[in-house]
Amino acid sequence: MENMVNIKINDREYAVPANSTVLEAARYAGVDIPTLCYLKDINEIGACRLCLVEVKGARGLAAACVYPVNEGMEVYTNTPKIRQTRKTNLELVVSAHKKKCLTCIRSTSCELQKLCYEYGVDEDHFQGNNNAYAIDDTTPYIVRDNEKCILCRRCVAACKNMQGIGVIGANDRGFDTHIASAFEKTLDQTSCIGCGQCIVACPVGALYEKDDTAKVLAAIADPTKHVAICAAPSVRATIGECFDYEPGTDVEGKMVAAMKALGFDGVYDMNLTADLTIMEEATEFLERMKEGKNLPLITSCSPGWVKYCEHYFPEFTDNLSSCKSPQQMFGAMYKTYYAQKVGLDPKDIVFVSAIPCTAKKFEVTRDHQNAAGVCDVDVAITTRELARMIKQAGINFRALDDAKFDDPFSIGSGAGAIFGATGGVMEAALRTAAEVIEGKKLEKLEFEDVRGIEGVKKAVYKLGGKEIRVAVASGTANAKRLLNEVKAGTTKVDFIEIMACPGGCVNGGGQPTQPAVVRNNVNLRELRAKVLYTADKNLDVRKSHENSAVKKLYDEFFEKPGSHKAHEILHTSYVKRGLK
Amino acid sequence: MKKKLTTVSFNGTKEQEIALDNVIAEHKDQPGALMAILQKAQGIYGYLPIEVQQHVALAMDIPLSEVYGVASFYSQFILNPKGDYAVSVCLGTACYVKGAGLLMDKLESILGIKNGEITADRKFSLDATRCIGACGLAPVLTVNEEVYGRLTPDMIAGIIAKYKD
Repeated sequence: MENMVNIKINDREYAVPANSTVLEAARYAGVDIPTLCYLKDINEIGACRLCLVEVKGARGLAAACVYPVNEGMEVYTNTPKIRQTRKTNLELVVSAHKKKCLTCIRSTSCELQKLCYEYGVDEDHFQGNNNAYAIDDTTPYIVRDNEKCILCRRCVAACKNMQGIGVIGANDRGFDTHIASAFEKTLDQTSCIGCGQCIVACPVGALYEKDDTAKVLAAIADPTKHVAICAAPSVRATIGECFDYEPGTDVEGKMVAAMKALGFDGVYDMNLTADLTIMEEATEFLERMKEGKNLPLITSCSPGWVKYCEHYFPEFTDNLSSCKSPQQMFGAMYKTYYAQKVGLDPKDIVFVSAIPCTAKKFEVTRDHQNAAGVCDVDVAITTRELARMIKQAGINFRALDDAKFDDPFSIGSGAGAIFGATGGVMEAALRTAAEVIEGKKLEKLEFEDVRGIEGVKKAVYKLGGKEIRVAVASGTANAKRLLNEVKAGTTKVDFIEIMACPGGCVNGGGQPTQPAVVRNNVNLRELRAKVLYTADKNLDVRKSHENSAVKKLYDEFFEKPGSHKAHEILHTSYVKRGLK
Repeated sequence: MKKKLTTVSFNGTKEQEIALDNVIAEHKDQPGALMAILQKAQGIYGYLPIEVQQHVALAMDIPLSEVYGVASFYSQFILNPKGDYAVSVCLGTACYVKGAGLLMDKLESILGIKNGEITADRKFSLDATRCIGACGLAPVLTVNEEVYGRLTPDMIAGIIAKYKD
């Protein structure tokens, strides 16, 4: 039994856990106290002064997000004094905010806008100090508009505390305070990995992905172009949130239908190339185990993680799997194998990926990602951008009939499906590696030790009489911890899966934004990941090597996993970037 | 507004680096060590360029952004190098009403640099300072430790000329 204390909230009695804050306790009373800066476990600094409450006997108003409860405490959350103070504080916040709300990317999903509406704020009450800042759009993935920034520091906390990176911070002081990199470097001059966790943490429109939808729409409108799109495993698990579905709703059928309605010439399932990745990576793992070279093998599907490795752990770049990510494999395979098969010139193909990730926008620009002499993938659009395109096209998403992915790239196995959650790539690889090593069918397909949302997971499996030590990390702060252990020799491991975002792609930086009140109280990572594990459970084919579409790719084109041709088209190389 | 940052190249010596490493080793494990280390680093180098801040960040295993956040927050930390002759114009109230602003304009045009900058030959740097307690002499400026008072803009050229060679 948890330690409880009795407190009064708005004159009614509640028993709440003794270690709660007033903000957490208020939820027992059915009250959501407004916040702008607070993000549970990430940013608990009591800075925005929106969560102010009256505590009987306390001097002044208290910030509920950081104020602990104690026995007999009496709290009021909705007095005239509180309402007026919150309103004034909001008016001060908006006084220094660029109020271009009509066309703001976060209009209607902006937490500041919602609160201003609820509190009846006069946005012109105060004339603020509006410093001019140039928009930083120097990277292919993240755009920063500091004139909209409200200095809540959620992005700083996400970057530094959650991801262990910290390429942004608060510079200067007073009215001149602004969020930027050290010495006012633009983001492209730093060791930013492009994970986009700052974007999904931002309550307003100060941070957003570089919007590439115009490129896609222009290609679709061009009759000389063949425009294809493939959807990453986790997009179907989250895009529903942009259309008012509850988090954790699988909308694969409607997503496919919407993509078709947008006018793509082919709509495909990236789960297929997730399977292809497993075929190559499992083969690579077995080869490295045999040779005892470049171990532990570390997965390379997450481009944020790959860039992190290149900047912060360049000594591990030889350990990275040489496999391209499923996104890049799809584009490479499409512009070689499929283009030949149907007689298309790769130059006339515009290959688009729908991904949960902002770092993938960087990945498409990398060197050695051009198997057909042109870039493997032309445009990578995030879940948010895809939803935006669907809305702009006037497609009534909720009313769509479910549709199926197009052949011949419509089949993904359960192993491919779980790629979008932390531990998923490892489990998928183990299913295939185990059957290859053991030479017989697995009785139990689930590798449960590598599932779940913990930051670092470790397990040992006995395959073919040999112990295989595996580890899984998600979130780069956890990756850092694990790699330092490997470096120090305190953790011995043969195979590591790393995803840059905490929880994996389901919680990627390109996923739909959710307000703090949802993020703080609902386990989004778990709900979204459940979609993928449920899909896996319900599929007949749950192992990559049993995917008939993958077998066909090898029969008709790639010969066998790890073949010379596969290496030329499906593998890549890395650079040691070092710290900038 | 963003601070103006120097483009003059860093020319730290090996001796300075050793001194900085000693300072870091001395303070590293104390809570709140960053302020003390930056203060002493400034004593060693005269200012806190990116090379020094990066060195501190790596040695303390904290992000450079955190170091810069502290260095840019406190006005006593200097981000741009000072010239052999650091010219400071008092823009305190008394000096200001007595025309210190005009002195600054004149200095900017004679030295060819703006407030907060340094000449390419590192000879002169120009800064505005707060009240230095010499209001009776307003408007005043200082060149290193020398104080010049009761100034008018036409006296500036003569003062600078004294340090030119």
